[in-house]
Amino acid sequence: MTTRMFGQSVKRNEDPRLLTGKGRYVDDIEHSAAQVAFVRSEPAHARIIDIDVSGTLDIDGVLGIYTYEDLEGDFAKPLPLLIPNDGLFAPKTQYALAHEEVCYAGEVIAMVVAKDRYIAEDAASAIRVEYETLPVVADLEEAARPGAPVAHLDMEDNVSGRVSEAKGDVDAAMAAASHVYQWRFSMERAAAMPMEGRGIVAHYDESDQSLLLYDSTQAPTGVRGGLALLFGLDPDRVHVVAPDIGGGFGMKVIQFYPEEVLVPWASRLLGIPVKWTEDRREDFIGSNHERGQAHEVRVGTDDEGRILGMETNFLNDAGAYCSYGLIIPIITAAQMQGPYRIENFRYEFRNLFTNKVPTSPYRGAGRPHAVYVMERVIDKIALELELDVAEVRRRNFIGPNEFPYDVGVTFQDGGPTIYDSGEYERGLDVLLDALDYGNARAEQRKAAEQGRLMGIGIGYYVEGTGIGPYEGAAIKVLADGSVTVALGFSSQGQGHETVFAQIVSDELGVAVDKVKVTSGDTRRIGYGVGTFASRSAVVGGNAVFKAAVQIRKQAAEVAARSLEVAAEDLVFENGQIRVAGAPDLSVGLGQVALISNPLRYAFGEESQEAVLLAQRAYAQSDRPLPDGMRPGLETAEFYSPTSGVFAFGAHAVVIEIDPDTCNLKILRYVVMHDCGAVINPMIVEGQILGGVAQGIGGAFYERLAYDDQGQLQNASFMDFLIPYATEIPTVELHHTETKSPLNPLGIKGVGEAGTIPGPAVIANAVSDALGRPIDSMPISPLDIYAILYKG
Amino acid sequence: MKPAPFTYHRPETRGEVDALLAELGSEAKILAGGQSLIPILNMRLSSPAHLIDLNHLHDETAGPALDDGHVTVGPLVRQSSVERSELVTERVPLLAETMDFVAHPAIRNRGTVVGSIAHADPAAELPAVLAVLRGEVVARSATGRRTIPAGECFRGPLENSLEDTEWLEEVRWPVAAADQGFAFEEFARRSGDYALCGVAARAERAGDTTTVALGYLGMGDVPVCTELPPLGASAFETDEVEDAVARVVEGQLDPVDDIHATVAFRTHLARRLGATAVRRAAAKADTAGQDS
Repeated sequence: MTTRMFGQSVKRNEDPRLLTGKGRYVDDIEHSAAQVAFVRSEPAHARIIDIDVSGTLDIDGVLGIYTYEDLEGDFAKPLPLLIPNDGLFAPKTQYALAHEEVCYAGEVIAMVVAKDRYIAEDAASAIRVEYETLPVVADLEEAARPGAPVAHLDMEDNVSGRVSEAKGDVDAAMAAASHVYQWRFSMERAAAMPMEGRGIVAHYDESDQSLLLYDSTQAPTGVRGGLALLFGLDPDRVHVVAPDIGGGFGMKVIQFYPEEVLVPWASRLLGIPVKWTEDRREDFIGSNHERGQAHEVRVGTDDEGRILGMETNFLNDAGAYCSYGLIIPIITAAQMQGPYRIENFRYEFRNLFTNKVPTSPYRGAGRPHAVYVMERVIDKIALELELDVAEVRRRNFIGPNEFPYDVGVTFQDGGPTIYDSGEYERGLDVLLDALDYGNARAEQRKAAEQGRLMGIGIGYYVEGTGIGPYEGAAIKVLADGSVTVALGFSSQGQGHETVFAQIVSDELGVAVDKVKVTSGDTRRIGYGVGTFASRSAVVGGNAVFKAAVQIRKQAAEVAARSLEVAAEDLVFENGQIRVAGAPDLSVGLGQVALISNPLRYAFGEESQEAVLLAQRAYAQSDRPLPDGMRPGLETAEFYSPTSGVFAFGAHAVVIEIDPDTCNLKILRYVVMHDCGAVINPMIVEGQILGGVAQGIGGAFYERLAYDDQGQLQNASFMDFLIPYATEIPTVELHHTETKSPLNPLGIKGVGEAGTIPGPAVIANAVSDALGRPIDSMPISPLDIYAILYKG
Repeated sequence: MKPAPFTYHRPETRGEVDALLAELGSEAKILAGGQSLIPILNMRLSSPAHLIDLNHLHDETAGPALDDGHVTVGPLVRQSSVERSELVTERVPLLAETMDFVAHPAIRNRGTVVGSIAHADPAAELPAVLAVLRGEVVARSATGRRTIPAGECFRGPLENSLEDTEWLEEVRWPVAAADQGFAFEEFARRSGDYALCGVAARAERAGDTTTVALGYLGMGDVPVCTELPPLGASAFETDEVEDAVARVVEGQLDPVDDIHATVAFRTHLARRLGATAVRRAAAKADTAGQDS
C-alpha cells in the first residue's frame, strides 16, 4: 500500500519555479507593449473644472491621452455593482475615468498611453487638472454625524446601506441580566499590500475579434465574463489569464478596478498590446482597503459571566464607493458571536461613504473586527466580575454536541449561519496547556511585583470558510502518464499546485510531481468563481476530488476492457493500473489515456503499444470507441457546497512593555487552530504563520494615516510599517482536527485564519499589561506612551 | 515611479567629477550608493537635469584606511565594508556599534558612508556619530580641497555646507583614545528603520570626573551635539545623569511631530535613551581607563 499523500507535508511543486526566479508575473509579459500611467485625483473631494493636456504636446512617444469625455456607451457608465443587497440603497460605484466629481485622493482622472512608462509618467505629470475643492468627510464617525459633509454631492447624507437583524429577545435578556455593560470599540482601516501590486496586459485582436488579458486578479473567470459583456464579444473570444501572482489577500478580487477596463479599452482603440503595472504609490491610493469600523456594544450577563444578550450598533467605512456591496459588515455581524452561545443577539450596521479609497475584503474580511470586539467584551466582562478571562470563555462556549449550531443570523452567502462542527473547549485546553497558562499568570504576577509590565492576551475565533457557489476542475491524463489539472480560480502563491496534486495523486496513483496544476487561465477551464473567503481548498479541493474519482472510473473501465478483468479488481499505484493479486498484469495510466483515444496512427513507442492495446480492446467491443465513451481520459467536474464550513482557532500572546521606548515585546505567541482535515500540514502552517504576521502587523504596525482632508500621509513602505521578519516572534503552533461533515474530504478553509485574532490578542494583552482598556486599534508605542505618561 | 529625464554622466577620475561639477553646479546630483537618491528621483521629489555616477571611478579604495589618527573612507566605500572592517571595530568602536542600526544589509551593501554624510539627513545615524566624534570631511572641487569639521558640515535637513561645485571625497573618523567610552542607542519602530530618536555618546574619563558628549539624531534639523556638565562618580549612583540629560533635552533639542511620534514622545525617548547611552558610555570609559 502506498502512502496516502493527503495529510503529508509534501514539498511544494511551485517552489522550484518561484524560488529560482522563474515565476511569471504579469509584468514579465509583453515587454514591448505600450505602457500606461494614470493621472489620479489629488484632492479627496472636488469638482473637476478643467483638464489641460497642452503641456504634453511636445513629449515624444505619447500614443494617447484619455479622459471621461473619450469613453462611450457602457464604458461611460459606472463600473458594475458586484454584490447587490436589499439593504444597500445607495450602491455607488466609480466611473472608469472620473466624471465631473472625484470622491477620493487617488481616483483615476486621465489615462496616458505611451511607448514606455517613463514617457507615460512624463506626460502624466505634465497634465494639469483644475479642481473646485469640496468639503471632505474622512473620518468614519464624523461621516455618521448629522450635518457632516457629504462624500458624494448628490447625496443628503453618507449612508449607503443599513442592515439589522435579531435573534431571541435582546430587550428581555437585558432586563433579566444581573449586569448590563455598554462599551465602544473602534478599528482603523488597513490595507492588504501584496508584494506584487496589480498589473494588466491587454491584447485586443481586431481581426480575430478577441481579447487576451493577463491580469493579476483573484477572479479571472469573473473578469472574463464582465469584459465579454462590456466589449460585446463572444465570451469564448475573451481569455483572461492570471499567471503567477505575488499575493492578493482579497484586494485583487474586485472586478472591475477602473484599470481593468481601461487598459483593454485602450488596446482596442490603438490596435496594439497595452500594459499597466501598478506601482506602490498607486497601490496605496488606488487599490482597495478594508477594516475601518466603530461599534457600540451592549451586553448583559449573569453573575457568573454568562452572556445573556448582546447587541452591537456599528459603522462600516465603505470609502468612496461600494462595488463589493455590504459584504464586510455582513461578515462582521454574522461572525461576531464566535464560539459563544449567545441566545439573544441583535445588530444594526450602517455602511458609510467617506472620501477615502474604497474598501472591499482584505484577508480576514470583517472577521478581525468582529473577533476584536467579541474578545474585548469577554475580557472586560472578566475584569468587571473579577473572573479569569479563560474561564469566562469556557462558560460561554457552544458545546461539542450542539452541532449543527444555528447562529441565528444571515451569512455572507445570503443563507443562514450554521456551524457544521467544532470542539471549542478542547481547543482552549490545547491552547492553555501549550501556554502553561497557570505558570504564565504566576510569572506575570512576579513581574508586576518588580514593576514590570507583562500582559497575557487570548483571542478566540470561528471563521466561516468555503462558501459557494461552486468551483470546478478539469483533469486530463496525458500519454506520458502525467496528469494536468486546470482550475478556474487563481493562485496567489499559497500552494495550489501542490495540495490539489496531492488529492489527485491519491486517487489516480501517480506521484505528486507528475500532477501539473494550472490555475486562473480561462483558456483551460471557463467556469469558476475565484480565490477568496478561504474557499479554494474546500470548494476547489472537493471539485478536484470529484474529477479525480471520475477519471479513475473512466480509466478503470478502459483498463478493465484492455486487461480483460473486472474494474473492481484494479489497483492504481505508481502510475500503473494493476490487477490485484496478479502483479504482472498491468497497464500504465498514460497508456490508458492513449487507448481511450483510439488512433489509426501511432506516434512514438508508447502509442505503438497503445494502438495494439486499442486494437485488442476493439476486439472486446463492437467499435473502437464504445458507445457512451468519449475520446481521451479527461473530465471536468464541479462541486457546489450546501453551505460554508466553520473553522476555528485561538491565539494567546505574552507581552512585555518597555517603559523607556513604550514598545511591546512579544515573549510568546501560541496558536491553536482547527481547519478540519489537513491536506498538507506544512502549507497550513505557512498559511497560519503568514496570517499571524499580518495580524500582528495590523494590530501594532500598519496604520493608514489619513488626515482630515482625506490625504493618506504614509503612502510608502518607509512610513506604512509592515513588520519585517525581525518584528515577528517565533510562533508556537498546535493543531486539532475537527472534520467538516459537509464535504467528502472533511476540509475547512485556512487562508485567512491566522490573521483574524491578531488585533484581539494584542489589544487584550496590552490592556492586561497596562491595566487600561485598549478599545481602539491599532495601537502603537505613541499610544502606549500616552497611556503610561499622560494619564 | 520613474524619474524625470536627466543626462547621465559616468566619470572615471575624481578630476572628471570636479570638471563636471564646475560646469553643471547645482544642476547636477552625485550618485554613489543611490539608496536615498534613487527613490527620491523615482518619486519625482527631485528632478536634477544631470546625474554624475561615481560608481565607475578608477582606483578607488573599497574599504576604510588608517591615516594620521583617523580612519578614512573614500567615496565608494560601502557601508557593509565599514560594518565588517576590523580596523573600524578596533579604532572607531562607536562607528562599528552604530553600523547595525543603519538600515538593512541589502541597503548597506550599496549605500556608501560618504553618501550618507553628504545626504545630511538629520534622522540618519552616521552624521550624528561623525558629529559626536568630532570627525571631519574633505570636500573637493576643480579649484582645490578643504577640510570641514563635522560640526560645520550640516546646514539643515538634507542640506550640507558644500558649494554647488564641491563634492565629498573623504570622511575622516577620529581614532578612539584609551580613556574614551562610547555607546549608541536608538528606537525605531522596525529593525533598520529611521529611528524615532537616536543618540550617540562619547565619554571621557579624567580622574573621578567623566565628561560626556551626546549626538542626537531625529531631534532637530541637523544632528544635535551637546556636552553634559562633568559628572562625578556619585552622579552614576543617583538620578543626576537623568537630570543632566533632561536639561539638555529640554534646552537644546527641537523635535517635531509626525505620524509616528509627537514632540512629547520624542522628548521622552531622548531622555530615556540619552541617559542609557550616558551610563553605558561612561561605564566603558571606566573600563577603558583601567585597561591603559
